[in-house]
Amino acid sequence: MIEIANVSKSYGKSLVVDGLSLTLPKGGITSIIGPNGAGKSTLLSMIARLVDPDGGRIAVGGLDVATTRGDLLARHLAVLRQDNHLAMRLTVRDLVTFGRYPYGKGRLGPEDVAQIGRALSYLGLTELADRFLDELSGGQRQRAFVAMVICQDTDYMLFDEPLNNLDIGNAVAMMKLLTRATRELGKTAVVVLHDINFASRYSDHIVAMRDGRLHSQGTPAEMITPEVLRDLYGTAFEVRDIGGHRVAVYYG
Amino acid sequence: MRREARDRRGRGVIGLLALVALLAMVAFMVVGAHGNWGFVLPFRAGKLAALLLVAYAVAVSTVLFQTITGNRILTPSIIGFDALYILLQSALVLAIGSAATTALDPRVMFVVEMAAMVGFSLVLYRLLFSGAIRNLFHLMLVGIVLGVLFRSLSTVFQRVIDPTEFVVLQDRLFANFNSVDTALLGVAALVVGLVTAAGATMFHAFDVMALGRDQAIALGVDHRRVTVRILVLVTLLVSVSTALVGPVTFFGLLVANLAYMLVPDARHTRTLPAAVLVAVICLVGGQMLLERVLDYSTALSIVIEFAGGLFFILFLLREAVR
Ligand SMILES: Nc1ncnc2c1ncn2[C@@H]1O[C@H](COP(=O)(O)OP(=O)(O)O)[C@@H](O)[C@H]1O
Ligand SMILES: [Mg+2]
Repeated sequence: MIEIANVSKSYGKSLVVDGLSLTLPKGGITSIIGPNGAGKSTLLSMIARLVDPDGGRIAVGGLDVATTRGDLLARHLAVLRQDNHLAMRLTVRDLVTFGRYPYGKGRLGPEDVAQIGRALSYLGLTELADRFLDELSGGQRQRAFVAMVICQDTDYMLFDEPLNNLDIGNAVAMMKLLTRATRELGKTAVVVLHDINFASRYSDHIVAMRDGRLHSQGTPAEMITPEVLRDLYGTAFEVRDIGGHRVAVYYG
Repeated sequence: MRREARDRRGRGVIGLLALVALLAMVAFMVVGAHGNWGFVLPFRAGKLAALLLVAYAVAVSTVLFQTITGNRILTPSIIGFDALYILLQSALVLAIGSAATTALDPRVMFVVEMAAMVGFSLVLYRLLFSGAIRNLFHLMLVGIVLGVLFRSLSTVFQRVIDPTEFVVLQDRLFANFNSVDTALLGVAALVVGLVTAAGATMFHAFDVMALGRDQAIALGVDHRRVTVRILVLVTLLVSVSTALVGPVTFFGLLVANLAYMLVPDARHTRTLPAAVLVAVICLVGGQMLLERVLDYSTALSIVIEFAGGLFFILFLLREAVR
């Protein structure tokens, strides 16, 4: 469970997250949706202690992120930011290996090596493991970063728009992988998603943010409705039921 | 490249560099000794030790500084270190005159300079974490501005002092690999040893720090604390090399980037030794060639800074093309 209590953040004069209180359930996939600038990335960064909130309290699995030791937290919580550039030249395997740092502080045991191999094969990167990241396509690189997060083997995983740079096939594969990780391994994934139909199809729970506040939350059936979406994005939607899942259609 | 092949190549490169460095050291000791072993060897050994300390200090401080800034065209001198050195020297000559300055115990000078530099950097870090300066880039900006301030102050001091004093001063302001202060060897080696011992306890965090702030925090590194610690170690190393030979600006840039090019791998277990060895080869080999073979006496700093500066420009151009 991720508990967010009365959290605020402003940059200069603009209040980006405004007294937000919210509880994200343990287990399954929770998606965060909302228009650009709603504060989704800022919220995720604060949960991951990359940005300090101005006020309020955040706890992940009972651990207060402001006071818990960083290395302990890194064994419970992993994060993938929206854009990732590296100053150093690394291979895919080097990058994924960093996922084990919270456990061995750079020393790799047999369990770590096995975990690295599993993460690589989970993401279909075994063949590319010894390629340098700057020799890969945007989608392959994105998968390498996700593999690092998987390799960190934490109960909670945060992803900020992980489908960026992925084609439709890879995006579906990525969401299926997260579904598998949550179902089979009992992980909790919190995912900022741009595409509401991916959110509709793969989420257990959807949180909508707008103007730094909680707009609404609920199951996909409760959230993917013309009324909620029109109010959230300020544009008209039609919603159809296809094969038991709600699909939103929007006009340009 | 396969990981094993890469590891093999990394070890091969470092082995080769170590061999060349060793040859340079042996040549430095024996070339042109003309059989005067009893006198020449101890004399040269002191000088060699000083060059090794400088090579080590410059290489390690630059690589670590680049690691925490995530930027490969920066050196510690960018945050005003050599300008501070120039200011200290100018102020000293102005205050007590060049004769008295030259007569001072170099070990006292060393400790004073080191204290001033560490004090200066601690003030910068304090600003960094009090919120007055928000990140490392602000820190560098402040450093650059302070550097300009220090330089202007030095110029004012230099205008005021006597022209003959100025000549003495100028001599102290250029890096001089020829007349290193061997009196400082003991204390310099002590500082380098302590820095190395402190660095070894957090060696494992270096690679993670190179991933950048967010990734480092996500992987559980206390980014702020490690940054400050590394900056203090860097400051101490810069003080050592400045005290031994004077300010060097581009040399660190040259050796760090040559090391990154030579080893196929960004891990610090590779880049740090490679950079140190490249620095040893440049300094010891270069000094040996210039002094013994070409018979120039003071030019190594100029050659090295010139090569480093050239490299810097090429690097900028290459980045601009990309
Ligand atoms: N580091 C920052 N400095 C200043 N403003 C920022 C910073 N990060 C985000 N913002 C602003 O905060 C608002 C919310 O940003 P963000 O959390 O990235 O929204 P979202 O991810 O929902 O699109 C935006 O208006 C953005 O411009
Ligand atoms: Mg965002």
